[in-house]
Amino acid sequence: MVNLVVIDYGIGNVFSVCNALKQIGFEPKLTRDPETIRTADMVILPGVGAFSRAMENLREFGLDVEIAAYAKTGKPLLGICIGMQVLMDLSTEFGNHAGLGLIPGEVERIKPTAKSGAVLRIPHIAWSQVSSATAPSSQAWYGQAFRTPAHYYFVHSFMAYPTDADHALATAYYGGHKITAAVGLDNVIGVQFHPERSGPAGLKLLKYLVETGTK
Amino acid sequence: MSVRLISRLDVKMSHLIKGVQMEGWRKMGDPAARARKYYADGADELLYMDVVASLYERNNLADILREVASDTFVPITVGGGINSLASAKTLLDVGADKVAVNTAATKRPELLNEISDTYGSQAMVLSVEAKRLSGGGWTAMTDNGRNHTGRDAIEWITEAAERGVGEILITSIDRDGVGKGMDLNLISAATQAVSVPVIASGGVANLDQVQAAIANGVSGVAIAKAIHNDTLNLIDLRKGLVDAGVPTRPYSKQEMPGG
Repeated sequence: MVNLVVIDYGIGNVFSVCNALKQIGFEPKLTRDPETIRTADMVILPGVGAFSRAMENLREFGLDVEIAAYAKTGKPLLGICIGMQVLMDLSTEFGNHAGLGLIPGEVERIKPTAKSGAVLRIPHIAWSQVSSATAPSSQAWYGQAFRTPAHYYFVHSFMAYPTDADHALATAYYGGHKITAAVGLDNVIGVQFHPERSGPAGLKLLKYLVETGTK
Repeated sequence: MSVRLISRLDVKMSHLIKGVQMEGWRKMGDPAARARKYYADGADELLYMDVVASLYERNNLADILREVASDTFVPITVGGGINSLASAKTLLDVGADKVAVNTAATKRPELLNEISDTYGSQAMVLSVEAKRLSGGGWTAMTDNGRNHTGRDAIEWITEAAERGVGEILITSIDRDGVGKGMDLNLISAATQAVSVPVIASGGVANLDQVQAAIANGVSGVAIAKAIHNDTLNLIDLRKGLVDAGVPTRPYSKQEMPGG
């Protein structure tokens, strides 16, 4: 059985993520215990809400250090929503806040105006189509994750801007603007949308990521 | 941008119920079983409302929610009787993605700031029951249209957006359960007043009526009676929207495991 860890740091949606993983045949361990994290085959970092609060909680439990150390081992790490945003260097939500710095780049507010000039409703709450942004030559374990475009559920007001365009794995469009839907660097991947809330398509993606990540 | 088709489930104790203009409630089935059907039919979101919660000052949906959230995998919003950070947390912890607040916020608007500051604006929905006034405009009401708040519905949603709510759910009391289409003037006023997403509820029974609501700027349409009594099917509705060129999430039942 795959030793799959979901990080519990008091920042929401862990119930949904664990339910989705159970549905596709895994038995996730919901934990903040350092030893359990160290011995994991794969770690999932969920989260909703504000960036600063997510980072505060990670630090409070010593998980910032623990996750950074885990990421160095080369084992797969998947961030979801705020769990994806904190993989970046920095967020400008409610002032500047440092992230885990596992993927170079910043997190900034989505532009409130559509390309047409119309007001763009924020948060971006919608099922939006996600398409691969990189060449299909990627050798990473998640390399084929976005080969087929699919609609996933987004709910966010801020988005990641990776410094290196190659680290943007997939994009969606909102109001004519490109939205970073997924980021990835080596063994670390993050998705802005909620696969655990994206119906059969979301479950399929989660299954792919866990299966290929732990193969 | 794709518009969301939202299944609205009003619940009293353990029953799915539905009324007309928020009165004369009738039992419509099992709230968990119906949610599973709507999920299988491709609902983009589920909206649960405990219609007697404010009366008893507590939301009774935690058990139903825990059950439904473990085998349906779309966002769930829950409303009814949420009057504190603690009551919001109880529901968010058992699988709700968002909480919808009405009565308690009209009495103490700061609650909207507190919930959105703590759980994020994406988890905070303002629910408004709007009743058309004979002299024009709409008044915000609570407890299924029984009690007046003295607030103008459009001014109230504008204030709520400033307080950080991430979404507005606006229900037309006049159109609720009537099946004659939504109050398009109300929807239009609401979508123009705020720049957060607006979900409209009350009155849709067919494709044309859903399209009319979408044309007035809503980000989502909540449907209750027409799907509860099977006069409208979400799969057919979605197909109709796609054929009409309205962007929605593509969905076919074949995607469901074993479907």
